[in-house]
Amino acid sequence: MSRVGWIRLGVIAAAVALLEAACRLGLIDHRTVIAPSEMAAALWRLLASGQLNDMMARTFGIIVLAVLLAVVLGFALGLAIHALPRVRAALDPFFATYYAVPIFIFYPVMVAIFGLSVIPILLMGVASAIVAMIIATLNGLDRVPRVLGKVARVHRMGRIETAWRIKLPAAAPHLFTGVKLATSYGFIAVIASEFILAPAGLGRLISDAYTDFNNPRMYALMLLLVVVATVVNMALHALDQRWAERRGIGKP
Amino acid sequence: MSAATPGDDVHASLSGVTRTYPAAAGHPPVAALGPVSLDLKRGEFFAVIGPSGCGKSTLLEVLAGLQAPTSGSVSFEGSAVAGEVPDGIGVVFQEDASFSWLTVWDNAAFGLRRAGLAEAEIRRRVDDVLGFMGLKDFARAFPAQLSGGMRQRVCIARTLVLHPRLILLDEPFGALDAQTRLLMGDELLRLWRRTGATVLLITHALDEAAMLSDRVGAMSARPGRFLDLIATGWPRERDSTIVGEPAFGELTGRLWDNLRGESLKALGLAGMPTGLAAE
Repeated sequence: MSRVGWIRLGVIAAAVALLEAACRLGLIDHRTVIAPSEMAAALWRLLASGQLNDMMARTFGIIVLAVLLAVVLGFALGLAIHALPRVRAALDPFFATYYAVPIFIFYPVMVAIFGLSVIPILLMGVASAIVAMIIATLNGLDRVPRVLGKVARVHRMGRIETAWRIKLPAAAPHLFTGVKLATSYGFIAVIASEFILAPAGLGRLISDAYTDFNNPRMYALMLLLVVVATVVNMALHALDQRWAERRGIGKP
Repeated sequence: MSAATPGDDVHASLSGVTRTYPAAAGHPPVAALGPVSLDLKRGEFFAVIGPSGCGKSTLLEVLAGLQAPTSGSVSFEGSAVAGEVPDGIGVVFQEDASFSWLTVWDNAAFGLRRAGLAEAEIRRRVDDVLGFMGLKDFARAFPAQLSGGMRQRVCIARTLVLHPRLILLDEPFGALDAQTRLLMGDELLRLWRRTGATVLLITHALDEAAMLSDRVGAMSARPGRFLDLIATGWPRERDSTIVGEPAFGELTGRLWDNLRGESLKALGLAGMPTGLAAE
């Protein structure tokens, strides 16, 4: 690990140790926050009991599906919009302000239309993630050198083959930024939707634990989500770095 | 690949070709090229020089079929060039057009894989071309790990491996320093002799045009027309050592005589006293 990595790890460890000490010394009320070691112990008990298996499969399954749909549809739409400059000009203000609008206000509408099921949660996940992917696709395609389009024509490629063999790989580093953002947004939207209103899922379990004043359970579940989100993000970042270095892009 | 000497038969030709870019966003139409007529003989090395913006690259793209002429006609091996790049033409561009996501080996194999050749044949041809271009030790490297000159060699290898009969080079060494350009010129002559292909080289470097070509076409300022077609008279077996010969100096002098006035026109300095124009 690099020196910066060790420093980063040290800062996190120090913050956790500080919180642990503050909780143990009674500086923080245990009804408000429990010690990190208690969170970890409660999470271990929950995982070992197998109680969370179904809920984890459901929530993480929805997140994976939402992100996959957002990435595939976002790329396809980005490709189509990029090929239609007038449509793009009309949509640009919409994309620019999309994340300024709290799209969760539409969640009750989704529930009213589709019922209290997986579908409204999935749609919220896709809706949150897809625009990040569209914007990343447009940015990526903007940066594909024009000369590669000429090379494609010299090789007598059609539009679809050019998109698949040239534009997609050439824009890949930027698309990967979209994938990372879509993953984060999809994760947040699914958990938040479950927290607001859902028949099941990890978000719902956190909400129930909160209502029941069950701090160990609530913090254990929160720890689980933080750990999963961090691991996924770090894995994507590491993959991105590896590809970028290989292609000489050298992302910071 | 077989070596060939330039013959008299016409391999590709431009006849009364003009290219005008239509008006766009408040700008009037731009007459970029022509009228230009040119017969490229099979197996010859032809260089085009001219001032910046005179339509050299437009000429190359019209000949390749990447742009349609506004008037006139283009033919390659007796067939009209229209709408798409004909089979048998390879183009190397000035900009880095290597595929950054593929290794050097996979870059070179790109066209062969698309053509559906057998893996053994692909391996044979790619290994051969990488060996010829001095890239064998870098076969597993990615373009970002190579210098600009080597990346350009990757692009040339990717073109060459398809055995084009007409190779169009649009200032392929434009981004390289003078010494590297001379050495790359030697490599270009070597591959030209080996393949027997017809080569059209666009360049802004007088010495490059004079050293490499059988004939040089000097173009006017925009809209570009040929002012002079000069036969260099060099033997087919030649390399960069000819730059020290007196005939080389005479040749570059003649090219500069053709181009000086046109370059001043292109810079908007025509008609000014020499001293001012030089400033």
